[in-house]
Amino acid sequence: MKFAWPWELRRAGVLNMNKRNIDFIGRYNPRKYYQRVDDKLTTKQLALANDIAVPDLIGVVQEQHEIADIPEMVQGRSGFVIKPAKGSGGKGILVITKVEHGRYYKPSGNEVTPSEIDRHVSNILSGLFSLGGKPDVAIVEGLIQFDPVFDGYSYEGVPDIRLIVFKGYPVMGMLRLSTAASDGKANLHQGAVGVGIDIATGKGLRAVQFNEPIEFHPDTGKRLMDIQVPNWDILLTTASSAYEMCELGYLGTDMVLDSEKGPLLLELNARPGLAIQIANGKGLLPRLKHVESLGNKFMDVNDRVAYAKAHFGAHADS
Amino acid sequence: MHSRKPFYIFVFLLVVLGLSSSIYRGVEHRVPFLPGEQVNTWAIDAKVSFIGQGGESEVSLALPEDPAFEVLLEHTTSAGFGLSIMNDAQGRRALWSKRAVLGQQDLYYKVTLVPTGISRLAEEIEPQAPEAPVWAATEQTAAQEIIDAAWERSGSNLSYARQLVKLVGTEESQNLALLLTAQTPSRLFINLLAAKGVPAREVSALFLEDQRRRQQLVPFVEVYNEGEWYLFDATSGKEGRPENLLLWERQGKSVLDVIGGSNSQVSFSMLMETRPALATSIDMMETTQGLDFSLYQLPLEEQSLFKGILLIPIGVLMVVFLRVIIGIKTSGTFMPVLIALAFIQTTLLTGLVGFLLIVACGLMIRSYLSHLNLLLISRISAVIIVVIGIIGIFTLLSYKFGLSEGLTITFFPMIILAWTIERMSILWEEEGAKEVVLQGGGSLLVATLAYLAMSASWVQHWVFNFLGIHLVILALVMLMGQYTGYRLLELKRFKPLAGE
Repeated sequence: MKFAWPWELRRAGVLNMNKRNIDFIGRYNPRKYYQRVDDKLTTKQLALANDIAVPDLIGVVQEQHEIADIPEMVQGRSGFVIKPAKGSGGKGILVITKVEHGRYYKPSGNEVTPSEIDRHVSNILSGLFSLGGKPDVAIVEGLIQFDPVFDGYSYEGVPDIRLIVFKGYPVMGMLRLSTAASDGKANLHQGAVGVGIDIATGKGLRAVQFNEPIEFHPDTGKRLMDIQVPNWDILLTTASSAYEMCELGYLGTDMVLDSEKGPLLLELNARPGLAIQIANGKGLLPRLKHVESLGNKFMDVNDRVAYAKAHFGAHADS
Repeated sequence: MHSRKPFYIFVFLLVVLGLSSSIYRGVEHRVPFLPGEQVNTWAIDAKVSFIGQGGESEVSLALPEDPAFEVLLEHTTSAGFGLSIMNDAQGRRALWSKRAVLGQQDLYYKVTLVPTGISRLAEEIEPQAPEAPVWAATEQTAAQEIIDAAWERSGSNLSYARQLVKLVGTEESQNLALLLTAQTPSRLFINLLAAKGVPAREVSALFLEDQRRRQQLVPFVEVYNEGEWYLFDATSGKEGRPENLLLWERQGKSVLDVIGGSNSQVSFSMLMETRPALATSIDMMETTQGLDFSLYQLPLEEQSLFKGILLIPIGVLMVVFLRVIIGIKTSGTFMPVLIALAFIQTTLLTGLVGFLLIVACGLMIRSYLSHLNLLLISRISAVIIVVIGIIGIFTLLSYKFGLSEGLTITFFPMIILAWTIERMSILWEEEGAKEVVLQGGGSLLVATLAYLAMSASWVQHWVFNFLGIHLVILALVMLMGQYTGYRLLELKRFKPLAGE
């Protein structure tokens, strides 16, 4: 049978789109704070003010005529990333990993001509990638030197770690690995691999691609369950402290591991997707209800992380 | 969590208000609940003729008053006569008058009547009990015997009348034969009733039969009992109201009074007409001022505009349902509704083919434009102009080939199409052709379903004629906005999580 019965999913505590929108996003995410996460430039500035590590900010392009300044901006760098400040779902992100004699190359090795970069930035400024087509700004960021621990686990793209943080408690985690099928992108519906991560330890629990459980990375053949995310406690603490920073109750944090700077906060999401449940093979609802049942008991970041590790780990009861 | 009770009460009120106003529309204004319903109306001509004697004349004709029929249209023809329509204790009457009248005169009163389906003759004011009639000496005993026998076998005024009418109509006894030599059956019936203080009156009625001419009024008797008049035919001894009977005069007065004329008479001809029920009820509202606050009083052009606009809630309802309950993804939230509106103009097949042709051509042109490195705004503007060009060429080509369907694709919202082309083109570049087909297909599927809902003739009939239905749609949309359950497609998506 291809369809599940609703009560089967309810018993498994699967959070669905409508409930997420009404009971969690609608209730815990005050509209006025959205800008803090929807505008990546604001997020970056807030993160810096709160001592949360983020990728280097090389520059910001706000007007069409500033596009011409980009080559000067990235002078001397081996690579950089251009992204729209208000983009969503990873749309409009251009990654350049190699700069040679004024020529730019994508991770796939394909060349990007300067005029293509100009057009891309111009599109960003016109609001092509932003919600509702509002005019936008382009952020130029430093390239992440991603941690070699993930070598062989990801194809072309940077693996990122998504944590769902509810009222400041990290409740579920997932590692997203790009594949040849996903064309270097980390979106699960495009064929990226999602690896459910144990909140208590940072170890891989299970992995899925296209909703099907898999054991080995389809391109590199490495065993996915062997993954151990390093600096796991720092990751949890960073994600958890994002709650104080943006004051959104239901939050998705995306982080990457830089080989030199450790975990970097890439972006925050006020409407994180639900695929994380499939990667973990577990519904989110019991954990969200658990946090709700705590009421408004005050705990600081370290207490919350400790509490989450004790209660939401793979070997915890709830 | 704040209480949702006020919300549900509000939604419930919306539904009740919407449904009850629609039912009121249907019952009170007799707007048909289904499109295309027909109703039979009667066109009746009353012809009054008399011979003028040279002096002044005054003609007074009773006009029909019957709860079973409502007047849709009435007018009179009367060369040279002054006319006034009176409505007083005598009932509704037409009054013609003229100073000098000589020779044969013909006056016409023409009326169109719509059956209301109300056959009861309710009466609010209880009529005075009649005085006992004075019988001629020869009749006294005969009448008394009949009265006593009937009274004996009856329990109420009504059953007394039933006993009497049977006797009068069948005329079996000698007593009755005697009485009937002096009085008409109706008159006798009324007098016999009056003897026991039962109010009754003689009324004039007309049998409606299609294409009859020179018909005369026939007498009927109305007997009062507990707030209602009951109809009896004293001549045949039958009780009740025959089908197609129109009560013309109900006050017990004469139908026609002519002063200053001789040989006066009134005759009737009639014709049954079949009219659309909707048009009839709108005409009725016009005559009864029921039109005060409704769309029917708008000029026809605005009405037809509103017929389109009022379909949008149906399309929106479809989109909310397909997205919130089923979980279909569309590109652009309400773009499918606009496409569906265009389909209504073009018909489905032409619309789909036209849409695909335009978007396909647009995408090809757009891929060329993307090489030119234009700013987004000017690029989309260029696409809009190109879309207009494509539509123009298609329209012209289909005209040349004699395909009139092609001419209707001009109804597509061009700016929406240009944006669609732009988004699809970006989607193509970013996520590949497969995603374009998927999302575009989803939009077209939703548009097609919305079109099917919006083009159903009874839906179109309801959204325009029963505005209350929009309150119900509003309530449904709000209810779905509270739905926190699984979407249908999520049952498939999360299937791997269903417990073993």
